[in-house]
Amino acid sequence: MLRVHDLNAWYGPSHVLQGVGFEVGVGEIVCLIGRNGAGKTTTLKAVMGLIARRGGRVLLAGEDILARPAHARFARGLAYVPEERRIVPGLTVGENLRLGLIATRRFGDAGREIAAMATLFPRLGERLDQIAVTLSGGEQQMLAIARAMIAGPRMIMLDEPSEGIMPALVDEMFALFARMKQSGTTILLVEQNVERALEIADRAYILDQGVIVHEGRARALLQDAAIKERYCSV
Amino acid sequence: MAGLSLDLLALQIFTGLALGAVYVLLATGMSLIFGMLTVVNFAHGAFFALGAYAGFLVLALGGNFWLALLAVPIVTGLLGMAVEWGLVRHLYGRGIDDPLLLTFGLSYVLVELIRIFAGTQGLPFDTPDALAGAVDIGIGYFPLYRLFVIAMTVTILFLLWLFLERTRIGLIIRAGARDPEIMRVLGVDTGRVWRLVFGLGTAIAGLAGLLAAPLQGVSPEMGNAILADAFVVTVVGGMGSLAGAIIAGLLVGVIVSLTALFAPEAGDVAIFALMAVVLLIRPQGFFGRAGLMS
Repeated sequence: MLRVHDLNAWYGPSHVLQGVGFEVGVGEIVCLIGRNGAGKTTTLKAVMGLIARRGGRVLLAGEDILARPAHARFARGLAYVPEERRIVPGLTVGENLRLGLIATRRFGDAGREIAAMATLFPRLGERLDQIAVTLSGGEQQMLAIARAMIAGPRMIMLDEPSEGIMPALVDEMFALFARMKQSGTTILLVEQNVERALEIADRAYILDQGVIVHEGRARALLQDAAIKERYCSV
Repeated sequence: MAGLSLDLLALQIFTGLALGAVYVLLATGMSLIFGMLTVVNFAHGAFFALGAYAGFLVLALGGNFWLALLAVPIVTGLLGMAVEWGLVRHLYGRGIDDPLLLTFGLSYVLVELIRIFAGTQGLPFDTPDALAGAVDIGIGYFPLYRLFVIAMTVTILFLLWLFLERTRIGLIIRAGARDPEIMRVLGVDTGRVWRLVFGLGTAIAGLAGLLAAPLQGVSPEMGNAILADAFVVTVVGGMGSLAGAIIAGLLVGVIVSLTALFAPEAGDVAIFALMAVVLLIRPQGFFGRAGLMS
């Protein structure tokens, strides 16, 4: 689904990604782990097309999308839920969900699509007319995921979805990722909650100082205390 | 003030509302453009003048006022979109100063072009026949055309509200003004939306110029003075706020009108004094978000 070769990215003079390469197969959950500042968020942003200065190759289903703007990547089935969730202030829950369809042909059917999402996310369904930023942190995260999923992307990238969320909702969220995988969505997951993430992931890459330093099966990494100690402690 | 009747005061306030209506239209366009693009459009007054001249041209070519009402916003809107595409968009992401200087320079170029093609002298602009005369509005006779200007402004604002609240592009504009990056992530080509917003703002500016033409005639510089007033309105109402543009526009119109009655010598100063007071007490304006310029 996604192949990244020699991805480089800069913020001003600092060379944040220095030749990152990884692959996410169709239907896989792949986890990108590493310390704060390792370049995880930058990797997702560069793949989505939100970093101005970048180089390398990003192949989505075989097509190089690196030169394409973010909105064109969305049109090719790539969705991204940023760490800050980016729920639009001033709009209701329903309107935020509508935004997920705004660039698609299914916008006219938004009412039905939102009703379908509401069955998947009952907490959101009950609060469609509420101003979205008044939701709890966990509910806002669910909304951000629902907004990205409503258009039916082939692949979704999630940045720290469990950050700052109460434990009961974290369980719900990881169960949701497993269901998304079952329904055929490919997932690239960046997560501080490494244990939980590796439990549901197929494979994982470890990023350190802008380069991939390790890759492997999620299950194997889960048991490798040395690796976890070295790269995953915050 | 023995000769001052309540009716006269009410009429003067009503006159202020008609003047305020023109301010509201200009400030609405400026606020729309600033709220979404963070561009302070100093050429807004030039589009106001262009609207008046485009209307003059429509009449000169044998068209009537109603046709002008339709044609002018289209012409100034398309011109605005061309300006955004050719000039303004290259300066996005470069802070607030660069587009400000660009549009400031552009306003001089546009006004000069008007002078070259239409002459430096002002031209008379007749009130359309159907709207000539005055009607009794209960507190006295009031020029019908001024009522029409108020009614047109209300109609335009209502249509704008419907567009923003009830349409797909309106939702994109509302959301994009708050967070353009997430709109790109959700598949929206924000560049096209920004062009449309710029054109919408200049279309309304042109329409305001046409509506103002029968009140004051047309001249190449007609946009310069009113731009300063519209700026006061935008700052008092809060940069980027449509509700602020409406309330402050009417307020400034009424203040200008009442100053003209009570203290004509203070005419030019009154609204700037208002702006200074508002900036001291509430720097972001009535409805502005704090820290927008920082």
